Amino acid sequence: MEPQVIIARRIAGEIKAGMLVNLGIGIPTAVANYIPEGLHVFFQSENGLIGTGAPPQEGMAHPMLTDAGGRPVTALPGACTFDSAISFGLIRGGHLDLTVLGGLQVDQRGYLANWMIPNKMVPGMGGAMDLVSGAKRVIVAMQHSAKGAAKIVKKCTLPITAMRPVDLVVTELAVIGFREGNPA
Amino acid sequence: MAVGTPERVVDEIVRQNKRDLTIIANDTATPDKGIGKLVAAKLLRKAIVSHIGLNPETQRQMMAGELEVQLVPQGTLIERIRAGGFGLGGILTATGVGTPVQDGKQIVKVAGKTFLVEAALRADFAVVHAFVADYLGNLGYALTARNFNPVIAMAADTVIVSAENIVPVGVISPDHVMTPAPVVDYLVTNP
Repeated sequence: MEPQVIIARRIAGEIKAGMLVNLGIGIPTAVANYIPEGLHVFFQSENGLIGTGAPPQEGMAHPMLTDAGGRPVTALPGACTFDSAISFGLIRGGHLDLTVLGGLQVDQRGYLANWMIPNKMVPGMGGAMDLVSGAKRVIVAMQHSAKGAAKIVKKCTLPITAMRPVDLVVTELAVIGFREGNPA
Repeated sequence: MAVGTPERVVDEIVRQNKRDLTIIANDTATPDKGIGKLVAAKLLRKAIVSHIGLNPETQRQMMAGELEVQLVPQGTLIERIRAGGFGLGGILTATGVGTPVQDGKQIVKVAGKTFLVEAALRADFAVVHAFVADYLGNLGYALTARNFNPVIAMAADTVIVSAENIVPVGVISPDHVMTPAPVVDYLVTNP
């Protein structure tokens, strides 16, 4: 099985009925594919949508209905849309039950780095810092290593995303939890 | 990502070659769309945005020192703009504490929690895209094209709106108006 599939399937098991969930780009997006049929979950796109559905069939894309990465999505019955202030109010205000994000590094304190590699890749943090600071639960979905280099490290060498430790890291090899108050 | 961007107004800014602009927006889109067109035409001096990852030209100009990019967390950016439009000096947020975002900013403790002081943002011009407008300037937005639009409409001295549909006064239900007419200065059709 592909590492991405192993990771996405494992994380899908963490999602319970009725949760408000925000999925990041990459492996996190694939988590939605493994939610059991009939389990009702509210998926949020931070550009202003709750009730995000699967990508549309060919020819059915709506130019004003996309996910946070600008890709066409559908809106499920019962969906709602809102501006970015409300969207991030949901994220920071304790309304978001779970966010699943990709990672570049996670360290023993549970700190995540996932928004830049200095002088190399500077895409910007987008909503990542608000999501990690504000969500009730943060799960990192990432492969265990990148081209042989460890991604689970003693101390992040890349700029961290937030001082708040993540709750769970899921790789194709391990599931790592961080005890409350753990950061050294 | 150029969803909810008034392309017609952007094209006109490029045609008039308005230079040395500072842009406040969520992202710089892709090089051929929305704000990406302003980047490609080298009209920007400074960009205050949360994300530039899908526009290699923004990254190139930034690395070459041609364009100053200030990266701001998305939730902080929208609240700074909201504060600017709502008459507030700024906001307090925990986002960015302990990261490079806090550099040079005031840190305060309120009720035992640590926050950054993030100053309000305002602009000379807001360029807004609406789904529907009436002749008075009442606005409604569609789906995820709402995003920053109603917030920036409050936070500029002059507000220029392009609308997909312009309808007679009274057609939009009062409950469906998301931006009240008095804040809008100019309405541009979007044929």
